[in-house]
Amino acid sequence: MSVTLRLPTVLAKAAGGQTVHQAKGATVGDVVADLATKYPELGTRLRDDKGQPYPYVIFYLDDEDIRFQKGFQTPVPDGAEIVVVPAIAGG
Amino acid sequence: MSIARPVSELPPLSQEEILRYSRHLIIPDVGVKGQRRLKAARVLMVGAGGLGSPIGLYLAAAGVGTLGIVEFDTVDVTNLQRQVLHGTKDVGRPKVESARERIRDVNPHVQVIPHEIRLTSDNALEIMKGYDLVVDGTDNFQTRYLVNDACVLLGKPNVYGSIFRFEGQSTIFCTPEGPCYRCLYPEPPPPGMVPSCAEGGVLGILPGLLGLVQATETVKLITGIGEPLVGRLLLLDALRMQFRTVKLRKDPQCPACGTHEIKHLVDYEQFCGIRGAEEAERVNGVPTITPVELAERRKRGDDLDLVDVREPNEWEIGRIEGARLAPLSSFAESLSTMDSARDVVVYCKVGARSARAVRQLQAAGFKRVWNLAGGILRWSEEVDPSVPRY
Repeated sequence: MSVTLRLPTVLAKAAGGQTVHQAKGATVGDVVADLATKYPELGTRLRDDKGQPYPYVIFYLDDEDIRFQKGFQTPVPDGAEIVVVPAIAGG
Repeated sequence: MSIARPVSELPPLSQEEILRYSRHLIIPDVGVKGQRRLKAARVLMVGAGGLGSPIGLYLAAAGVGTLGIVEFDTVDVTNLQRQVLHGTKDVGRPKVESARERIRDVNPHVQVIPHEIRLTSDNALEIMKGYDLVVDGTDNFQTRYLVNDACVLLGKPNVYGSIFRFEGQSTIFCTPEGPCYRCLYPEPPPPGMVPSCAEGGVLGILPGLLGLVQATETVKLITGIGEPLVGRLLLLDALRMQFRTVKLRKDPQCPACGTHEIKHLVDYEQFCGIRGAEEAERVNGVPTITPVELAERRKRGDDLDLVDVREPNEWEIGRIEGARLAPLSSFAESLSTMDSARDVVVYCKVGARSARAVRQLQAAGFKRVWNLAGGILRWSEEVDPSVPRY
């Protein structure tokens, strides 16, 4: 499945300076793995040593939080959009 | 969700107020009733900085009757690029003072209650209990978790906003039916992972945009109009000028608003891993050299590899003469360019990033490596004032 993954600017540096990426994968975890192969540093910012999402970097698949679905095992429809929302605290 | 008071409890408007608020009064959805609700409202702003500035100015202009402001900081010249509540003449003054003065000028009908204190687990409930709702405009994770938990315990809505560089997030937490901050982010990132605005920068206009989203939601909650931003997280991307909302769900397992196992405020510095961790990282095992000592060594002609681990855009602002750039973000790649036989001195803006670089060098076997204490800012202060401060 081909999907669009949108990163915030804070993570773009680890992803070749780009915030919008096309990636492939049957699940959200596969999509993350696909991008991590291309950008290893980004991989460590998106998932922990065990390959699980961090509690402060949230993934939305077509605007729905994947934690209330199947986490990284959530299937990804073709053409879906994943938005990565990390905690920020500036004010 | 609304915190609108019953009409019988609302204060009347004076003739002067009727004239001042006439553009509100002629909107049927607001009207005299809505304006009286604004007058009766007690709003606590946590922070009078980037987000707090537009929030304070617009809520005051809109006629919110009582505005509490929690802020312990003083106005710094680097605040003025975005904190429009304060002016050049206010540099060095407590922010609550300049905020009160400015708000009085905007609208003398508003009562400002200054709380010139750092919000802590010891004082938060006492301060917050006297208000109808809280607007979170703080700049750090520990205060955000503190504000959230206190709002859950007190049953008060938390109009949330946070920003970084070109992006912002806003929602309303802690309503009876909606999620809280911990439902969204159960745990904070480790210290140092997400740069603050002071470290990473922020586009000065951005808090204006996002703070006004918070102010708008506050006015809607008070007057009871529209659909509040509950259960939806607004994401703002100023570079693309895109606003999108994603769905926020209340987590039944949330220790604050789900299971209610958090019955008291906790130690938020510990929760955010700050106490001890940063200090330990800064101090333990990282040899330091003061700017004066470094200047003396250079004067003596000692052979030193002076390494600047800031980012290229910071390097362009100014640098210590004779240094070379090796940003911490790609430091691993620079290790091969360094000679462990030479003395290495590493610096950044204030000394935290360079301490991490020193640790990496130590791990790579470097024995003669020092962190420049206080970074380039202290160098500018103590040795070479021609190096610009930022």
